[in-house]
Amino acid sequence: MNIFLQATFEGLSLGAVYSLVAIGFVLIFRATDVLSFAQPAMVVVGAGIISYFSTQIGIPFLFAFFLGIILTGVLGLILERTFLRPMVGEPVFSVAVLTIGIDILLRVVLDNWIGINPKYMGDPFPSYGNFGSVNIAGLTVKYLEVTALITALMLIFVLSVFFKKSKYGVAMRATSLDQEAALAQGINVGRVFGLVWFIAGLLAAFAGFFITGGFNTLTNTSFISALRALPAVVIGGLDSITGAVVGSLIIGLTQAYVGYYQFDIESAYNIKLGNGFSIVAPYVIMFVILIVKPDGLFGTEEVERV
Amino acid sequence: MLSVQNLEVVYQDVILVLRGVSFDIPKGQIVSLLGSNGSGKTTALRAITGLLDTQNGDITKGKIFIEDEEITNAQPSKIVQLGIAQVLEGRRIFSELTVRENLRLGGFTANDSIDENIERVFTLFPILKDRDKNTAGYLSGGEQQMLAIGRALMSNPKYLLLDEPSLGLAPKLVQQISELILEINSQGVTVLLVEQNANMALKISSHGYIMETGNIVMDNPSSKLLQDQDVQEFYLGLNAEGTERKSFKDVKHYKRKKRWLS
Repeated sequence: MNIFLQATFEGLSLGAVYSLVAIGFVLIFRATDVLSFAQPAMVVVGAGIISYFSTQIGIPFLFAFFLGIILTGVLGLILERTFLRPMVGEPVFSVAVLTIGIDILLRVVLDNWIGINPKYMGDPFPSYGNFGSVNIAGLTVKYLEVTALITALMLIFVLSVFFKKSKYGVAMRATSLDQEAALAQGINVGRVFGLVWFIAGLLAAFAGFFITGGFNTLTNTSFISALRALPAVVIGGLDSITGAVVGSLIIGLTQAYVGYYQFDIESAYNIKLGNGFSIVAPYVIMFVILIVKPDGLFGTEEVERV
Repeated sequence: MLSVQNLEVVYQDVILVLRGVSFDIPKGQIVSLLGSNGSGKTTALRAITGLLDTQNGDITKGKIFIEDEEITNAQPSKIVQLGIAQVLEGRRIFSELTVRENLRLGGFTANDSIDENIERVFTLFPILKDRDKNTAGYLSGGEQQMLAIGRALMSNPKYLLLDEPSLGLAPKLVQQISELILEINSQGVTVLLVEQNANMALKISSHGYIMETGNIVMDNPSSKLLQDQDVQEFYLGLNAEGTERKSFKDVKHYKRKKRWLS
């Protein structure tokens, strides 16, 4: 039972972090109809900026953290303005390929900076108490995971209020529903796109810290963790924020359960799944769900004339 | 006065849609713009409100003025701020948003007066007040049209461009909408009415323009247009004597390529 609770908690926390990346995917997809493949790169770039400020420049961690988040948001804004704004009205496929280009560009620059030694975040969690974790009723709860869960929940709450109440939040929803009608209301659609990329950047940087923080480090392969938000959005449906959150939780829980129970399953059925199957398992889940519901759990079914 | 001078619009760099269209909308009046499908009415509206970009269209010649300010190729948000609001063809309300959110978006450029404008829209369309918190997509066709018009009024427009407000509505609702247009006009909003329903449009407007394949082919006070033989035959479905309705079979035989006033 304890193992089950432990796995559930870790899975939820992991899923909450993935959901931040996934929401970024969904926001950009809804606003511009493009799946931005640059999102995982934004995650690691965010982590890189935080790490640079807190360990190399040496400013206090909290300042570095928020500076990194804001700067990643601004980076999103700049990318949208320079690369994506001129592509408005071009075929979706071209724009998607362009985002792959941005992804490669960002990662090459970052990998060059990382080099061969892993980068640390300089965050307070590793030294905190008993190796950054505490025992609650037999569960080993990492501070980083608790913080990740709470932060993600708060961000999702703030976002939902933003979309319901604020002028630009409602304008963003309207733009994703009908661009031309939004233009006719005098909404500056270009500014809305910029804002979407800014928010996606902020969320990516938050996720970047939680993926690479604590005892985890920022390495050349960190972006693979961020990439796991992609099956999450596919499971949830590309155009639903609720779907993104649910999909992320499914992915996080799957990964945690498989991680904890893989050995039991293997010995019970006398099979060999191989090392690190927990990382592959989310994609298996995605496969199964896509067979049953091709548009994802919460996605709108696309009606297209053949 | 909103004035369009010698406007030429090309879609996709090759399709010439407007071939030198000029018309004036004097302040305080209702002007109607009639024409069959594909004659360029909607394109003319898009050119005025700056929505050609999304359709890959360009203004290649001509100018558009509001009062004395040129607004050719201006940003849509600036045009809305200058006091031109467009009700798009087919209503185009934000279906997943509530009625109130739709109205708030209409007032995107007139943020200070949102509350009083919502009150104004609710007095014009009391039905919307009851539907305040409903999802706009679940409103009936007539209510959606009222919402679309109300949304356009939220930006305090001096000029209201209506693209086929009678589209897909029952005759009784068309009557109601036309009364509302008169009411809006009496509050000091100048209206440009683009319509297929020529009967309704000419009855409430003071002046009418008729378009065909990208040209203005006729331009007369509405009362005169209502008396015109060609208009009667083409738009009002009356035969040359104006006494008896033509059967559908005969209408089909009518030479559609006929040029006006030739």
